[in-house]
Amino acid sequence: MVWLACPRCGRRPLEEFTFGGERRRVPDWIGDPDERDFDEVWIFENPDGVTTERWFHTFGCRRWLTVRRDASVDRVLEVLP
Amino acid sequence: MSEYTDTLLPIRWHERRSSYDVVIVGGGGHGLSTAYYLAARHGITNVAVLEAAYIASGNTGRNTTIIRANYGIPEAVRFYQHSLELYKGLEAETGAAILHQTKGIIWLAHTEMAMRTERARCLLNTACGAQTFMRTPAEIRELVPGLDETGGGRYPVLGGSHHVEAATARHDRVAWAYAAGATQRGVHVLQHTPVRGLVREGGRVVGVETDDGPIAAGVVLSAVGGRVTAMAAHAGVRLPIRTHPLHAFVTNDYAQGFPPIVSSTELMSYVSQTERGQMLIGAEFDSQPSYSRQSSFAALRSYAHKISQILPFLRDMRILRTWAGICDISADYSPIMGFTGVDGFLVTTGWGTWGFKAIPAGGEAMAELIATGRPPALIAPFALDRFRRDHVLADQGSAGTR
Repeated sequence: MVWLACPRCGRRPLEEFTFGGERRRVPDWIGDPDERDFDEVWIFENPDGVTTERWFHTFGCRRWLTVRRDASVDRVLEVLP
Repeated sequence: MSEYTDTLLPIRWHERRSSYDVVIVGGGGHGLSTAYYLAARHGITNVAVLEAAYIASGNTGRNTTIIRANYGIPEAVRFYQHSLELYKGLEAETGAAILHQTKGIIWLAHTEMAMRTERARCLLNTACGAQTFMRTPAEIRELVPGLDETGGGRYPVLGGSHHVEAATARHDRVAWAYAAGATQRGVHVLQHTPVRGLVREGGRVVGVETDDGPIAAGVVLSAVGGRVTAMAAHAGVRLPIRTHPLHAFVTNDYAQGFPPIVSSTELMSYVSQTERGQMLIGAEFDSQPSYSRQSSFAALRSYAHKISQILPFLRDMRILRTWAGICDISADYSPIMGFTGVDGFLVTTGWGTWGFKAIPAGGEAMAELIATGRPPALIAPFALDRFRRDHVLADQGSAGTR
Protein backbone atom coordinates (compact mmCIF):
# COMPACT_ATOMS: atom_id res chain seq x y z
CA MET A 1 0.00 0.00 0.00
CA VAL A 2 1.47 3.33 -1.06
CA TRP A 3 -1.46 5.70 -1.41
CA LEU A 4 -4.58 6.31 0.64
CA ALA A 5 -7.64 8.18 -0.65
CA CYS A 6 -8.68 10.61 2.09
CA PRO A 7 -12.34 11.61 1.65
CA ARG A 8 -11.40 15.23 2.41
CA CYS A 9 -7.90 15.64 0.91
CA GLY A 10 -7.97 13.18 -2.00
CA ARG A 11 -5.34 10.59 -2.89
CA ARG A 12 -2.33 11.23 -0.66
CA PRO A 13 0.95 9.31 -0.04
CA LEU A 14 0.81 6.86 2.83
CA GLU A 15 3.63 8.70 4.66
CA GLU A 16 1.09 11.43 5.55
CA PHE A 17 -0.99 8.96 7.57
CA THR A 18 -0.49 7.23 10.90
CA PHE A 19 -1.76 3.71 11.43
CA GLY A 20 -4.19 3.64 14.35
CA GLY A 21 -4.77 -0.07 14.78
CA GLU A 22 -7.49 -2.51 13.84
CA ARG A 23 -11.04 -1.67 14.78
CA ARG A 24 -12.34 -4.78 16.39
CA ARG A 25 -14.85 -6.13 18.85
CA VAL A 26 -14.12 -8.76 21.41
CA PRO A 27 -15.76 -11.95 20.11
CA ASP A 28 -19.13 -12.78 21.66
CA TRP A 29 -18.01 -16.27 22.68
CA ILE A 30 -15.71 -14.75 25.32
CA GLY A 31 -18.12 -14.36 28.20
CA ASP A 32 -16.05 -13.68 31.30
CA PRO A 33 -15.75 -9.88 31.85
CA ASP A 34 -12.08 -10.09 32.88
CA GLU A 35 -11.32 -12.18 29.82
CA ARG A 36 -13.12 -9.63 27.67
CA ASP A 37 -11.02 -6.82 29.15
CA PHE A 38 -7.83 -8.77 28.58
CA ASP A 39 -8.79 -9.50 24.99
CA GLU A 40 -9.70 -5.89 24.37
CA VAL A 41 -6.35 -4.62 25.64
CA TRP A 42 -3.85 -7.14 24.32
CA ILE A 43 -5.16 -9.34 21.52
CA PHE A 44 -5.02 -8.64 17.79
CA GLU A 45 -7.19 -10.46 15.25
CA ASN A 46 -4.29 -10.02 12.80
CA PRO A 47 -6.22 -11.61 9.91
CA ASP A 48 -4.62 -12.85 6.71
CA GLY A 49 -7.50 -11.22 4.86
CA VAL A 50 -9.91 -8.30 5.13
CA THR A 51 -9.55 -6.09 8.18
CA THR A 52 -11.17 -2.82 9.30
CA GLU A 53 -8.82 -0.29 10.82
CA ARG A 54 -8.35 3.33 11.79
CA TRP A 55 -5.90 5.70 10.13
CA PHE A 56 -5.14 9.29 11.17
CA HIS A 57 -4.31 11.87 8.51
CA THR A 58 -1.42 13.37 10.50
CA PHE A 59 -0.04 15.63 7.76
CA GLY A 60 -3.38 16.48 6.18
CA CYS A 61 -6.83 17.18 7.56
CA ARG A 62 -5.95 15.67 10.97
CA ARG A 63 -9.11 13.56 11.06
CA TRP A 64 -9.60 9.85 11.60
CA LEU A 65 -10.51 7.57 8.70
CA THR A 66 -11.97 4.09 8.81
CA VAL A 67 -10.39 1.87 6.18
CA ARG A 68 -11.25 -1.62 4.98
CA ARG A 69 -8.05 -3.24 3.80
CA ASP A 70 -7.06 -6.68 2.52
CA ALA A 71 -4.04 -7.42 4.72
CA SER A 72 -3.07 -10.50 2.71
CA VAL A 73 -2.05 -8.31 -0.24
CA ASP A 74 -1.95 -4.92 1.53
CA ARG A 75 -4.61 -3.29 -0.64
CA VAL A 76 -7.29 -0.81 0.42
CA LEU A 77 -10.82 -1.95 -0.47
CA GLU A 78 -12.82 0.97 0.85
CA VAL A 79 -12.32 4.22 2.78
CA LEU A 80 -15.18 5.25 5.04
CA PRO A 81 -15.35 8.84 6.24
CA MET B 1 34.10 -28.15 -4.91
CA SER B 2 35.01 -25.06 -2.97
CA GLU B 3 35.87 -24.59 0.65
CA TYR B 4 32.38 -23.15 0.96
CA THR B 5 30.50 -26.26 -0.18
CA ASP B 6 32.95 -28.77 1.33
CA THR B 7 31.92 -27.83 4.82
CA LEU B 8 28.22 -28.26 4.12
CA LEU B 9 27.13 -31.25 6.14
CA PRO B 10 24.50 -33.45 4.54
CA ILE B 11 20.96 -33.45 5.87
CA ARG B 12 19.59 -36.96 6.27
CA TRP B 13 16.04 -37.21 4.94
CA HIS B 14 13.60 -39.67 6.49
CA GLU B 15 10.20 -41.16 5.64
CA ARG B 16 7.50 -39.76 7.85
CA ARG B 17 6.09 -41.72 10.75
CA SER B 18 2.51 -41.45 11.97
CA SER B 19 3.49 -40.43 15.48
CA TYR B 20 6.29 -38.52 17.24
CA ASP B 21 7.07 -37.47 20.80
CA VAL B 22 7.58 -33.89 19.64
CA VAL B 23 6.26 -32.24 16.48
CA ILE B 24 7.72 -28.84 15.66
CA VAL B 25 5.76 -26.77 13.15
CA GLY B 26 8.06 -24.55 11.12
CA GLY B 27 11.45 -25.49 9.64
CA GLY B 28 13.13 -22.18 10.22
CA GLY B 29 16.01 -21.43 12.54
CA HIS B 30 14.02 -21.71 15.77
CA GLY B 31 12.28 -24.96 14.83
CA LEU B 32 15.49 -26.60 13.64
CA SER B 33 17.64 -25.42 16.55
CA THR B 34 15.02 -26.65 19.03
CA ALA B 35 15.08 -30.06 17.29
CA TYR B 36 18.88 -30.08 17.31
CA TYR B 37 19.19 -29.31 21.03
CA LEU B 38 16.44 -31.84 21.88
CA ALA B 39 18.52 -34.52 20.17
CA ALA B 40 22.01 -33.33 21.10
CA ARG B 41 21.48 -32.23 24.71
CA HIS B 42 18.51 -34.26 25.88
CA GLY B 43 18.62 -37.45 23.78
CA ILE B 44 15.06 -36.84 22.53
CA THR B 45 15.20 -37.93 18.89
CA ASN B 46 11.63 -39.03 18.15
CA VAL B 47 11.05 -35.55 16.80
CA ALA B 48 9.69 -34.19 13.52
CA VAL B 49 10.10 -30.71 12.10
CA LEU B 50 7.33 -29.96 9.59
CA GLU B 51 8.07 -27.25 7.06
CA ALA B 52 5.46 -25.93 4.60
CA ALA B 53 8.02 -25.12 1.88
CA TYR B 54 11.76 -25.78 2.21
CA ILE B 55 13.83 -25.16 5.32
CA ALA B 56 14.85 -21.53 5.97
CA SER B 57 12.49 -20.35 3.23
CA GLY B 58 10.69 -17.98 5.59
CA ASN B 59 12.16 -15.30 7.78
CA THR B 60 15.32 -17.32 8.52
CA GLY B 61 16.37 -16.81 4.91
CA ARG B 62 15.12 -13.22 4.70
CA ASN B 63 16.68 -11.37 7.61
CA THR B 64 19.78 -9.19 7.61
CA THR B 65 21.83 -11.78 9.58
CA ILE B 66 22.91 -9.48 12.40
CA ILE B 67 23.84 -11.08 15.74
CA ARG B 68 23.96 -8.64 18.67
CA ALA B 69 22.85 -8.31 22.26
CA ASN B 70 22.58 -4.55 22.87
CA TYR B 71 18.93 -4.52 23.82
CA GLY B 72 17.07 -2.19 26.17
CA ILE B 73 16.01 -4.38 29.09
CA PRO B 74 18.13 -6.72 31.27
CA GLU B 75 16.08 -9.85 30.46
CA ALA B 76 16.67 -9.35 26.74
CA VAL B 77 20.35 -8.38 27.01
CA ARG B 78 21.14 -11.54 29.01
CA PHE B 79 19.18 -13.74 26.61
CA TYR B 80 20.71 -12.31 23.42
CA GLN B 81 24.21 -12.23 24.93
CA HIS B 82 23.89 -15.97 25.64
CA SER B 83 22.75 -16.44 22.05
CA LEU B 84 25.69 -14.41 20.74
CA GLU B 85 28.06 -16.65 22.70
CA LEU B 86 26.39 -19.82 21.40
CA TYR B 87 26.80 -18.46 17.86
CA LYS B 88 30.55 -18.07 18.46
CA GLY B 89 30.81 -21.75 19.26
CA LEU B 90 28.33 -22.98 16.68
CA GLU B 91 30.90 -24.00 14.06
CA ALA B 92 32.76 -26.06 16.68
CA GLU B 93 29.51 -27.54 17.99
CA THR B 94 27.95 -28.56 14.66
CA GLY B 95 31.03 -28.92 12.46
CA ALA B 96 29.43 -26.76 9.76
CA ALA B 97 30.93 -23.46 8.63
CA ILE B 98 28.33 -20.74 9.13
CA LEU B 99 30.65 -17.90 8.00
CA HIS B 100 30.47 -16.26 11.42
CA GLN B 101 32.29 -12.93 11.49
CA THR B 102 32.63 -10.64 14.52
CA LYS B 103 32.25 -7.11 13.17
CA GLY B 104 31.00 -4.87 15.97
CA ILE B 105 27.95 -2.67 15.58
CA ILE B 106 28.10 1.11 15.82
CA TRP B 107 24.83 2.69 16.83
CA LEU B 108 24.86 6.34 15.77
CA ALA B 109 23.22 9.16 17.70
CA HIS B 110 22.17 12.34 15.91
CA THR B 111 20.60 14.27 18.80
CA GLU B 112 21.39 14.88 22.47
CA MET B 113 18.33 12.80 23.30
CA ALA B 114 19.73 9.88 21.35
CA MET B 115 23.13 10.35 23.03
CA ARG B 116 21.42 9.97 26.39
CA THR B 117 19.69 6.81 25.19
CA GLU B 118 22.99 5.37 23.92
CA ARG B 119 24.80 6.18 27.18
CA ALA B 120 22.08 4.41 29.15
CA ARG B 121 22.24 1.50 26.74
CA CYS B 122 26.04 1.20 27.22
CA LEU B 123 25.69 1.04 31.00
CA LEU B 124 22.83 -1.46 30.94
CA ASN B 125 24.42 -3.67 28.27
CA THR B 126 27.84 -3.79 29.89
CA ALA B 127 26.29 -4.49 33.30
CA CYS B 128 24.45 -7.47 31.77
CA GLY B 129 27.52 -8.85 30.01
CA ALA B 130 27.22 -7.34 26.52
CA GLN B 131 30.32 -5.18 26.04
CA THR B 132 29.15 -1.78 24.72
CA PHE B 133 31.11 1.50 24.84
CA MET B 134 30.48 5.12 23.86
CA ARG B 135 32.54 6.40 20.93
CA THR B 136 33.31 9.98 19.94
CA PRO B 137 32.74 11.21 16.37
CA ALA B 138 36.52 11.01 15.80
CA GLU B 139 36.57 7.36 16.90
CA ILE B 140 33.53 6.59 14.76
CA ARG B 141 35.26 8.13 11.74
CA GLU B 142 38.03 5.56 12.20
CA LEU B 143 35.55 2.69 12.49
CA VAL B 144 33.11 3.57 9.69
CA PRO B 145 34.62 4.16 6.24
CA GLY B 146 32.82 6.69 4.06
CA LEU B 147 30.83 8.21 6.94
CA ASP B 148 29.47 11.74 6.46
CA GLU B 149 29.73 13.11 9.98
CA THR B 150 27.32 15.92 9.16
CA GLY B 151 24.68 13.36 8.13
CA GLY B 152 23.79 15.41 5.06
CA GLY B 153 23.29 18.40 7.36
CA ARG B 154 20.22 16.87 8.98
CA TYR B 155 21.60 13.94 10.92
CA PRO B 156 24.95 15.06 12.41
CA VAL B 157 26.85 12.27 14.17
CA LEU B 158 27.25 13.40 17.79
CA GLY B 159 28.60 10.06 18.90
CA GLY B 160 27.42 6.53 19.24
CA SER B 161 27.61 3.25 21.09
CA HIS B 162 29.88 0.44 19.98
CA HIS B 163 28.75 -3.10 20.76
CA VAL B 164 32.03 -4.78 19.99
CA GLU B 165 30.97 -8.43 19.87
CA ALA B 166 28.19 -7.98 17.29
CA ALA B 167 28.57 -10.33 14.35
CA THR B 168 27.02 -11.67 11.19
CA ALA B 169 26.62 -15.24 9.94
CA ARG B 170 25.28 -16.82 6.80
CA HIS B 171 21.59 -17.40 7.61
CA ASP B 172 20.73 -20.41 5.45
CA ARG B 173 23.92 -22.14 6.64
CA VAL B 174 22.77 -21.73 10.24
CA ALA B 175 19.52 -23.49 9.38
CA TRP B 176 21.41 -26.21 7.47
CA ALA B 177 23.90 -26.71 10.29
CA TYR B 178 21.09 -27.35 12.77
CA ALA B 179 19.11 -29.48 10.29
CA ALA B 180 22.16 -31.62 9.53
CA GLY B 181 23.03 -32.02 13.22
CA ALA B 182 19.45 -32.90 14.12
CA THR B 183 18.76 -35.33 11.25
CA GLN B 184 22.10 -37.12 11.75
CA ARG B 185 20.86 -37.85 15.29
CA GLY B 186 17.56 -39.25 14.03
CA VAL B 187 15.26 -36.21 13.94
CA HIS B 188 12.93 -36.14 10.94
CA VAL B 189 12.75 -32.96 8.86
CA LEU B 190 9.74 -33.12 6.54
CA GLN B 191 9.73 -30.41 3.88
CA HIS B 192 6.70 -29.44 1.78
CA THR B 193 4.46 -30.58 4.63
CA PRO B 194 2.16 -27.68 5.51
CA VAL B 195 0.23 -28.06 8.75
CA ARG B 196 -3.47 -27.38 8.10
CA GLY B 197 -4.75 -27.73 11.63
CA LEU B 198 -4.19 -29.20 15.05
CA VAL B 199 -5.74 -32.37 16.43
CA ARG B 200 -7.38 -31.72 19.81
CA GLU B 201 -8.68 -34.21 22.31
CA GLY B 202 -10.41 -33.04 25.47
CA GLY B 203 -8.83 -29.60 25.37
CA ARG B 204 -5.37 -31.01 24.73
CA VAL B 205 -3.40 -30.79 21.47
CA VAL B 206 -2.42 -34.32 20.45
CA GLY B 207 -1.27 -33.92 16.87
CA VAL B 208 -1.28 -31.99 13.64
CA GLU B 209 -3.31 -32.25 10.43
CA THR B 210 -1.42 -32.43 7.15
CA ASP B 211 -2.48 -33.03 3.54
CA ASP B 212 -1.41 -36.68 3.95
CA GLY B 213 -3.36 -37.22 7.12
CA PRO B 214 -2.79 -36.51 10.81
CA ILE B 215 0.46 -36.97 12.70
CA ALA B 216 0.15 -37.72 16.41
CA ALA B 217 2.38 -35.81 18.81
CA GLY B 218 3.13 -35.82 22.51
CA VAL B 219 3.89 -32.11 22.29
CA VAL B 220 3.37 -29.66 19.44
CA LEU B 221 5.64 -26.60 19.28
CA SER B 222 4.66 -23.80 16.94
CA ALA B 223 7.87 -22.25 15.62
CA VAL B 224 5.97 -20.59 12.80
CA GLY B 225 7.13 -17.19 11.62
CA GLY B 226 4.63 -14.58 10.42
CA ARG B 227 1.53 -16.75 10.24
CA VAL B 228 1.46 -17.73 13.90
CA THR B 229 -1.93 -16.14 14.65
CA ALA B 230 -3.70 -18.70 12.46
CA MET B 231 -1.63 -21.59 13.86
CA ALA B 232 -2.40 -20.66 17.47
CA ALA B 233 -6.08 -20.20 16.62
CA HIS B 234 -6.22 -23.92 15.72
CA ALA B 235 -5.47 -24.56 19.40
CA GLY B 236 -7.90 -21.89 20.58
CA VAL B 237 -5.02 -19.67 21.68
CA ARG B 238 -5.31 -15.93 20.99
CA LEU B 239 -2.05 -14.02 20.71
CA PRO B 240 -1.00 -10.39 21.24
CA ILE B 241 0.74 -10.47 17.86
CA ARG B 242 0.57 -8.50 14.66
CA THR B 243 2.25 -9.45 11.40
CA HIS B 244 4.17 -6.69 9.63
CA PRO B 245 6.29 -6.86 6.46
CA LEU B 246 9.92 -5.84 6.69
CA HIS B 247 11.88 -5.05 3.55
CA ALA B 248 15.58 -5.27 2.81
CA PHE B 249 17.83 -4.94 -0.19
CA VAL B 250 21.41 -5.46 -1.35
CA THR B 251 23.44 -3.26 -3.66
CA ASN B 252 26.16 -4.22 -6.11
CA ASP B 253 29.62 -5.01 -4.70
CA TYR B 254 31.45 -2.35 -2.74
CA ALA B 255 35.09 -3.05 -3.50
CA GLN B 256 36.60 -0.77 -0.84
CA GLY B 257 35.33 -2.98 1.98
CA PHE B 258 33.08 -2.04 4.88
CA PRO B 259 34.00 -3.89 8.09
CA PRO B 260 31.44 -2.75 10.69
CA ILE B 261 27.68 -2.95 11.07
CA VAL B 262 26.20 0.56 11.30
CA SER B 263 22.79 1.37 12.68
CA SER B 264 20.82 4.44 13.61
CA THR B 265 17.61 4.55 15.61
CA GLU B 266 16.62 7.99 14.31
CA LEU B 267 17.14 6.97 10.70
CA MET B 268 15.69 3.55 11.56
CA SER B 269 18.11 1.85 9.21
CA TYR B 270 21.06 -0.47 9.39
CA VAL B 271 23.76 -1.49 6.97
CA SER B 272 26.46 -4.12 6.74
CA GLN B 273 28.48 -5.78 4.00
CA THR B 274 27.71 -9.37 3.05
CA GLU B 275 30.46 -11.93 2.58
CA ARG B 276 29.91 -11.48 -1.17
CA GLY B 277 30.73 -7.77 -0.90
CA GLN B 278 27.24 -6.41 -1.36
CA MET B 279 25.94 -3.68 0.93
CA LEU B 280 22.94 -5.03 2.82
CA ILE B 281 20.40 -2.48 4.00
CA GLY B 282 17.31 -2.89 6.11
CA ALA B 283 15.01 -0.51 7.93
CA GLU B 284 11.83 -0.39 9.97
CA PHE B 285 8.87 -2.64 9.33
CA ASP B 286 5.71 -1.29 7.67
CA SER B 287 3.44 0.45 10.17
CA GLN B 288 0.37 -1.44 8.98
CA PRO B 289 0.11 -5.21 9.45
CA SER B 290 0.14 -7.27 6.29
CA TYR B 291 1.06 -10.70 4.96
CA SER B 292 2.35 -9.30 1.67
CA ARG B 293 5.95 -10.08 0.73
CA GLN B 294 5.94 -7.54 -2.08
CA SER B 295 8.68 -4.89 -1.78
CA SER B 296 7.33 -1.47 -2.62
CA PHE B 297 9.22 1.25 -4.46
CA ALA B 298 8.17 3.70 -1.74
CA ALA B 299 9.79 1.57 1.00
CA LEU B 300 13.01 1.11 -0.97
CA ARG B 301 13.21 4.80 -1.80
CA SER B 302 12.71 5.70 1.84
CA TYR B 303 15.37 3.21 3.06
CA ALA B 304 17.86 4.31 0.39
CA HIS B 305 17.29 7.97 1.16
CA LYS B 306 17.79 7.53 4.88
CA ILE B 307 20.92 5.41 4.85
CA SER B 308 22.62 7.57 2.19
CA GLN B 309 22.35 10.57 4.54
CA ILE B 310 25.12 9.09 6.67
CA LEU B 311 26.87 6.99 4.00
CA PRO B 312 26.78 9.14 0.84
CA PHE B 313 28.87 6.67 -1.19
CA LEU B 314 25.76 4.49 -1.34
CA ARG B 315 24.18 7.02 -3.72
CA ASP B 316 26.52 5.79 -6.45
CA MET B 317 25.48 2.18 -6.00
CA ARG B 318 22.60 0.24 -7.47
CA ILE B 319 19.98 -1.91 -5.82
CA LEU B 320 20.54 -5.45 -7.04
CA ARG B 321 17.93 -7.45 -5.21
CA THR B 322 15.07 -6.74 -2.82
CA TRP B 323 12.90 -8.95 -0.68
CA ALA B 324 10.55 -8.83 2.27
CA GLY B 325 9.67 -11.06 5.18
CA ILE B 326 6.57 -11.04 7.36
CA CYS B 327 7.44 -10.49 11.01
CA ASP B 328 5.34 -11.58 13.96
CA ILE B 329 5.61 -8.66 16.37
CA SER B 330 4.22 -8.87 19.88
CA ALA B 331 2.41 -6.10 21.74
CA ASP B 332 5.50 -5.33 23.87
CA TYR B 333 8.13 -5.96 21.14
CA SER B 334 9.60 -8.93 22.99
CA PRO B 335 9.44 -12.57 21.94
CA ILE B 336 6.96 -15.03 23.44
CA MET B 337 8.33 -18.43 24.44
CA GLY B 338 6.79 -21.30 26.34
CA PHE B 339 3.43 -22.55 27.53
CA THR B 340 0.16 -21.30 26.03
CA GLY B 341 -2.39 -22.47 28.60
CA VAL B 342 -3.39 -25.35 26.28
CA ASP B 343 -1.84 -28.70 27.20
CA GLY B 344 0.45 -30.10 24.55
CA PHE B 345 0.81 -26.83 22.67
CA LEU B 346 3.85 -24.56 23.04
CA VAL B 347 4.91 -21.50 21.10
CA THR B 348 8.11 -19.73 20.24
CA THR B 349 6.97 -16.59 18.49
CA GLY B 350 6.99 -12.81 18.45
CA TRP B 351 10.41 -13.00 16.81
CA GLY B 352 9.65 -9.86 14.87
CA THR B 353 12.86 -8.35 13.66
CA TRP B 354 15.12 -10.04 16.24
CA GLY B 355 14.67 -13.74 15.48
CA PHE B 356 17.87 -14.66 13.67
CA LYS B 357 20.20 -13.59 16.47
CA ALA B 358 18.08 -15.61 18.93
CA ILE B 359 18.15 -18.92 17.06
CA PRO B 360 20.71 -20.76 19.24
CA ALA B 361 19.49 -19.51 22.65
CA GLY B 362 15.81 -19.78 21.70
CA GLY B 363 16.24 -23.35 20.48
CA GLU B 364 18.35 -24.38 23.45
CA ALA B 365 15.84 -22.97 25.93
CA MET B 366 12.77 -24.40 24.19
CA ALA B 367 14.47 -27.82 24.04
CA GLU B 368 15.14 -27.65 27.78
CA LEU B 369 11.53 -26.62 28.42
CA ILE B 370 10.22 -29.57 26.38
CA ALA B 371 12.66 -32.02 27.99
CA THR B 372 12.14 -30.95 31.60
CA GLY B 373 8.66 -29.42 31.52
CA ARG B 374 9.99 -26.25 33.15
CA PRO B 375 10.99 -23.01 31.43
CA PRO B 376 14.69 -22.23 32.04
CA ALA B 377 15.34 -18.99 33.97
CA LEU B 378 16.70 -17.32 30.83
CA ILE B 379 13.32 -17.42 29.08
CA ALA B 380 10.89 -17.56 32.01
CA PRO B 381 10.19 -13.78 31.74
CA PHE B 382 9.18 -14.23 28.09
CA ALA B 383 6.18 -16.47 28.83
CA LEU B 384 2.86 -15.66 27.18
CA ASP B 385 1.16 -15.18 30.55
CA ARG B 386 3.28 -12.06 31.21
CA PHE B 387 0.49 -10.07 29.57
CA ARG B 388 -1.96 -11.38 32.17
CA ARG B 389 0.47 -10.75 35.03
CA ASP B 390 1.13 -7.19 33.82
CA HIS B 391 4.84 -8.00 33.56
CA VAL B 392 5.28 -6.84 29.99
CA LEU B 393 8.80 -6.49 28.61
CA ALA B 394 8.59 -3.25 26.68
CA ASP B 395 11.72 -3.29 24.58
CA GLN B 396 12.13 -1.36 21.37
CA GLY B 397 15.82 -2.02 21.17
CA SER B 398 15.97 -2.65 17.45
CA ALA B 399 16.51 -0.13 14.67
CA GLY B 400 13.20 -1.15 13.21
CA THR B 401 11.10 -0.17 16.22
CA ARG B 402 10.74 3.08 18.06
